[in-house]
Amino acid sequence: MVKIIYADHSGTEREVDANVGESVMEAAVRNNIPGIDADCGGACACATCHVYVDPEFLPKTGEQEAMEQSMLDFADGVQENSRLSCQISVSAELEGMKVTTPESQH
Amino acid sequence: MSADQKIVIIGAGQAGGQAAASLRQAGFEGMITMVGDEPAPPYQRPPLSKAYLKGKLDRERLFLKPLQFYEDSNITLKTGVSAQKLDRAAKTVALSDGETLDYDTLIIATGSRPRALPLPGAESSNVFDLRTLSDIDVLKPNVQEGRRLLIVGAGYIGLEAAAAACELGLEVTVLEMADRVLARVTSPVMSEFYQKLHETHGVTIKTGAMLAELQTQDGAVTAGVLKSGDVIPCDLVLVGIGILPNEEIASEAGIACKNGILVDRDARTNDPSVYAIGDCAHRPLVHYGRDGRLESVHNAIEQGKIVAAHIMAAKRPVEDVPWFWSDQYDVKLQIAGLSQDYDEAVVRGEPTTNSFAVFYFRSGRLISVDAVNAPAEFLTAKRLIAANADISPELVVDQKKTMKDILAEAMAGQK
Repeated sequence: MVKIIYADHSGTEREVDANVGESVMEAAVRNNIPGIDADCGGACACATCHVYVDPEFLPKTGEQEAMEQSMLDFADGVQENSRLSCQISVSAELEGMKVTTPESQH
Repeated sequence: MSADQKIVIIGAGQAGGQAAASLRQAGFEGMITMVGDEPAPPYQRPPLSKAYLKGKLDRERLFLKPLQFYEDSNITLKTGVSAQKLDRAAKTVALSDGETLDYDTLIIATGSRPRALPLPGAESSNVFDLRTLSDIDVLKPNVQEGRRLLIVGAGYIGLEAAAAACELGLEVTVLEMADRVLARVTSPVMSEFYQKLHETHGVTIKTGAMLAELQTQDGAVTAGVLKSGDVIPCDLVLVGIGILPNEEIASEAGIACKNGILVDRDARTNDPSVYAIGDCAHRPLVHYGRDGRLESVHNAIEQGKIVAAHIMAAKRPVEDVPWFWSDQYDVKLQIAGLSQDYDEAVVRGEPTTNSFAVFYFRSGRLISVDAVNAPAEFLTAKRLIAANADISPELVVDQKKTMKDILAEAMAGQK
């Protein structure tokens, strides 16, 4: 189990025990975290699981593939620490990572 | 909505599951009972013909929510039970297990079922559908390297299964009645691209191929015989020739149906206490000034949210431009909008590079895009269609401009 903290845009935080190997998106959906829609279920097809990653953890979340980069290019409110949470695989290294959801996923 | 209200949801798929979750998220405190005829809790169907068939995704990861969620959220989930009869006067639904449920509000989310192959032998033990988790669980042990697979129907489902089976080492033949693959859903440029893609991977595709007969031995199909006389020996058959809406529970109770259960923008049927969502609903398509039935995850999720909002007297969520995706081999297709009735199609990029997009116009208006490994084109078109932007075919194919430039230019023209 890896502790991941999901904060919404207003600052409310929810802590979740994520399983190693699942995605940060899946852990959120499993725990009914609002603000992560994940309409496509993790196929990197919809950009509705956009999160801002705690910059300290960003290097540990792995490289973005071209598809994710392009999807993020066109998402609203993209920042340097933006990721699609379906593309981040939970590992022990991410213990205590905080991700923040944007105000809207559309 | 007071806390003594009872909501019954018939159907525990993507739409039903979304409606239940959205109702609780919106603060509905009454009873929610969800009835599904499949044994599994609500799950994602798209991976069935892709990652799940390939054995790359565990069963539990298909579930939209863990079972515990329904208990924690006080949602009664009855699986393996179907709704038999709706009595609108009494406001009850009779179930296959003998129970009768009372409702104040009913949500019909019964989905769709595969069209059956209208041929003798279609009931054989090695003929499979591609609709439910159970279908795939029964099929999976038969999907083994070296076996000869005959797929009937070259729609997205058939082609996705062809790609998965090909990657698993099966010898795959796909039959299509029309003169090209994906004929019902896309343009000749796309059909040609996908036919070549599959042929490059070793799949045999036969278009204009009418299946006349299934040869059987000991209750199993051994070959498909075409009207042309060609015989295609096979070890198993997959059928993907379209789906039909499960509207009977509504139509038999006198609710208006027309290729699906007719609903308004709030997903309400002509009975104010009854809603219909997902594959089974025939809904207004606001970006197109007409109505129709959508078979997609986007539609199931959107209508699940719409129904919850309406029941809770909240603002209707914005209706998104319909969108779809299909993964085959290493090619991701993303579709925005509906291309039916297009009168002009233009291609941005070069299909031979495996990254291009086809933009569809009707009367000079952009109505849809098929984007192959081209997420920027997909997302841009989705926004342009949503904004009903004035954009010309010449502009979208101008590769000296990035999609960002094109988006900015077209949106500036809106103001």
